[in-house]
Amino acid sequence: MNFAAIADNAPQYLAGAWTTTQLLFIALISGLVFAVPFAVLRTLPSGWAWRPVWLFTYVIRGTPLLVQLFLIYYGLAQFAWVRESIAWPWLSSAWFCACLAFAINTCAYTTEIIAGAIRTTPPGEVEAARAMGMSRSTLFRRILLPSAARRAIPAYGNEVILMLQGTSLASVVTLLDLTGVARDVNSRFFVPFEAFIAAALLYLAITMVLVGAFHWAERRWLAHLRPRT
Amino acid sequence: MLHGYAASLLEGLGVTITVALASLAIACALGLLGASAKLSRIAVLRWAAAAYTTVIRGVPDLVLMLLVFFGGQLLVNDLAQRAGHDAYIDIDPFIAGVLTIGFIFGAYLTETFRGAFMAVPAGQREAGLAFGLSKWQVLRRITAPQMLRHALPALSNNWLVMVKSTAIVSVIGLNDMMQKAGQAAGATREPFVFYGAAALMYLLITSVSEVGFRALNQRMAHGVRARSL
Repeated sequence: MNFAAIADNAPQYLAGAWTTTQLLFIALISGLVFAVPFAVLRTLPSGWAWRPVWLFTYVIRGTPLLVQLFLIYYGLAQFAWVRESIAWPWLSSAWFCACLAFAINTCAYTTEIIAGAIRTTPPGEVEAARAMGMSRSTLFRRILLPSAARRAIPAYGNEVILMLQGTSLASVVTLLDLTGVARDVNSRFFVPFEAFIAAALLYLAITMVLVGAFHWAERRWLAHLRPRT
Repeated sequence: MLHGYAASLLEGLGVTITVALASLAIACALGLLGASAKLSRIAVLRWAAAAYTTVIRGVPDLVLMLLVFFGGQLLVNDLAQRAGHDAYIDIDPFIAGVLTIGFIFGAYLTETFRGAFMAVPAGQREAGLAFGLSKWQVLRRITAPQMLRHALPALSNNWLVMVKSTAIVSVIGLNDMMQKAGQAAGATREPFVFYGAAALMYLLITSVSEVGFRALNQRMAHGVRARSL
């Protein structure tokens, strides 16, 4: 083992970790913003509301993230009208396409997580809200969503970790995220063990921080569901 | 519409399915080993299994695959040279891919099988032993079949995730469905069509698997009392 090349490239690794973190948070936040209304639609009784959302999550959850990324980054360029549109400067950028693909992907999973949490609301809470004369929108705003948000925390924590790992695909479309930097260092110095193990350790460190954050969140917001000792 | 590339795509589909099934076999074997290590009385085994599942689940599959592919290349050639073998050995991307994916999902299945083993009531095992069955007979006739019933939902989930993970073997040069779609896209300049076709085929695999697992689940659930909520 020769970690000299890694030590020389430590700034690149840190920059890569920063890129990975940015990709992760951009994708998570934009995915979540759309996932909440989608989850509400997903749980409504009307087929016009839930069927399109079901189809979206079914297709996205049934296909690999890599295919979704390639469809957006390489696929859209096939069409002349896309290349001539005002969105082209964005759609031709690997950074934007990666963010878009990751956001769409995590949006689909998050939608199902939140919809599942809404469905498992104790019936008594809904009945009490109805008895108080709440309208459906008030019911969602005051009862269902806040209570579902708490119950969604453990599953969402898993999704965040999986998304962190998903961002490593950004390196396939030329971005220098943590994996991209490791591949670059490996191809320049041919030190595969050192290059990828260094990246793996940094990913582990990020994972530990995220896991810790979600443990804290669970203790804070799910204290009422903890088994009594 | 596919400009005569349909056969090539189907060939890639075959490779994708082969990779997935071979990885599943390895993952199941490792999962069973890992689960027995986690439930073992020997502390060292428990620690080793805990390290295995923690590390694997915290590092992206792409990073592990690149590590195995490039690192394995270096290691194999180094060992071969010491053994007095001069010619350069290329690592087969199929072997590297299957080993890595099997190794990764072995960690997930370790948790699945551990939970499933613990879900079988201890009294059943004790009753078997009291009847004079050997430990091996108890495992084969009593614990394992019931464990499988508990493991099936998580197993089907892991299989679906694994099928989608196989898409990244194209990054290390295996001619799976993604690679074939990429070749056809390059030759015809119609990337959207071919990546779209690949996406549909992944969707087909996941849909068929879901139907299959549902049937299997029903079969395994014979003898479980239906519980109405």
